[in-house]
Amino acid sequence: MLLDHLPALLAVVPLVAALALPLAGAVRPRLVYPLAVGAGAVTAVLSLLTLERVLTRGVMRYHVGGWPPPWGIELVVDHLSAFVAVTVSGLAALALLYAGPAVRSGTAGSPAPFFGLSLLYLASLMGIVVAGDLFNLFVFLEVASIASYALVASGGGRALMAAFRYILLGTVGASFYLLGVGHLYLLTGTLNMADLSQRLPELAASRVLLVAVGFLVIGLGIKMALVPLHGWLPDAYTYAPPAVTALIAPVTTKVAAYALARVLFSVLGAPAALAGIPLMSVLAWAGGAAILVGGVLAIRQNDLRRLLAYSSVSQVGYIALGIGLANRPALAGAYLHILNHAMMKGCLFFAAGAVAARLGGSALTDLRLMHRRMPVTTACMVVAALSMIGIPPAGGFFSKWYLLVGALEAGHTLLAGVIVGGGLLAAVYMFKVLEHACLARPDEAGPRRC
Amino acid sequence: MTEFLAYAVERYTYWAYVALMLIGFYAMIAHGNLLKKLIGMNIFQTAIILFFLSISAKRGATLPIIPPEAAELVVAPPHFMNPLPHALMLTAIVVMVGTLGVALAVLIKIHRTYRTFEEDVILRQM
Repeated sequence: MLLDHLPALLAVVPLVAALALPLAGAVRPRLVYPLAVGAGAVTAVLSLLTLERVLTRGVMRYHVGGWPPPWGIELVVDHLSAFVAVTVSGLAALALLYAGPAVRSGTAGSPAPFFGLSLLYLASLMGIVVAGDLFNLFVFLEVASIASYALVASGGGRALMAAFRYILLGTVGASFYLLGVGHLYLLTGTLNMADLSQRLPELAASRVLLVAVGFLVIGLGIKMALVPLHGWLPDAYTYAPPAVTALIAPVTTKVAAYALARVLFSVLGAPAALAGIPLMSVLAWAGGAAILVGGVLAIRQNDLRRLLAYSSVSQVGYIALGIGLANRPALAGAYLHILNHAMMKGCLFFAAGAVAARLGGSALTDLRLMHRRMPVTTACMVVAALSMIGIPPAGGFFSKWYLLVGALEAGHTLLAGVIVGGGLLAAVYMFKVLEHACLARPDEAGPRRC
Repeated sequence: MTEFLAYAVERYTYWAYVALMLIGFYAMIAHGNLLKKLIGMNIFQTAIILFFLSISAKRGATLPIIPPEAAELVVAPPHFMNPLPHALMLTAIVVMVGTLGVALAVLIKIHRTYRTFEEDVILRQM
């Protein structure tokens, strides 16, 4: 039955579409956009079907080519991966739909390469989500990165340097991850996650394991732009074409965060300390630092997209913090924040792209009178901003509430303060945007500084 | 001391991989020329290939190909090299070629735009 192949189809459908698009584009260029949106929508529907099956029948395990693990390649879809798959494919489908006018007007490069790369990117993200072994996760992580390097570079000009830096840092991240995988293989002789999780507990005192985990966490930390490893993100998000940022900004760092959670919990079994190093606490504190550093840097920006990029650095900190605290409410908060942040950052970057197309630029001063010329977009930005700050009933409130409960339950009062402080910083930088969008009067000369 | 030396010499491939990795890393950080940074990145990646291949090596072992007439005999793992790291690295090399290709394409575009590979000159022009 076809539905038994769902885990594989999640990655195969967009991959086949990615390869078919340039061919279709050569024959009928007008077909490219509907085909790309269709492929994105089909992937989103398949993810929903997968989620439904996982919820009713439990974890799905798929043996590629019929070879049983640990010798064969295994794809695993559990509740977390199905949830992330729905988030990623849903957002990607919307971003593909959103990219239509931008591609027609020529600001995102020619249609066939843009949509082909976008679907390749989507396919590899789905591959990361369903991968049941560490090496396949590496391959999909790199394919996703290569697609996003090319997408960012399609902006030309400053985007080229941003893309080159992203390539260097992203490759170091992936190489560190691969080294970590190599050390785990050296230690256990297996790459399958389920197999590893059974063999690792008896090796917990090994120093090789410590090296492996260090490489894995730093490598994935670069990919998820966790402070202080976030150097590639602001330039890449600011200078990439708006349609590209709208596609990669909501999901890239979330999928890397998912991979980190997968490695820490499904493979290593959430060790509180490895050889005396309190790994999870370090991660939680790095998350706390990211919330504050990203928030403060966001306040200092005068360009909407750059501000949003730093806000991403800050919001990824919440996810890392939740993963580091590793208790029930904190993890619920972290996973919910993957969805919430994808939604609100997607909405804000969609709006930023629309602003750049309509008002001529994304500097905050370009937003003046936006509430008159683009009332619907402004309203969407306000809703997303409320979610970013964490004001109920917007989604951001609930994830931050769970994180707060988790931090207090773990006895980290200071981190709870950081969570609240991060919301206040978000209030400052989002109100700075809204002030320019809604309050600046037409008779005012020049930008107002806050 | 002699024990340590014997230990170090015995695992010389690991030392080579660490040295290569640091050379690559240094080139990526220290050079202002984008092309040299990229070469550094490639050396860095190659070091990882060397690391994986040294996992699979065994003294006195042969290729892991078992002729059909010997398939019924007992196959002793110490006599054969581990083929899995080689297979992994074949895939990793393909991935690295992809990264390198995209990076070179970006560099060509950078050179067409700015007429130089020197990072500080480009940053002044931006």
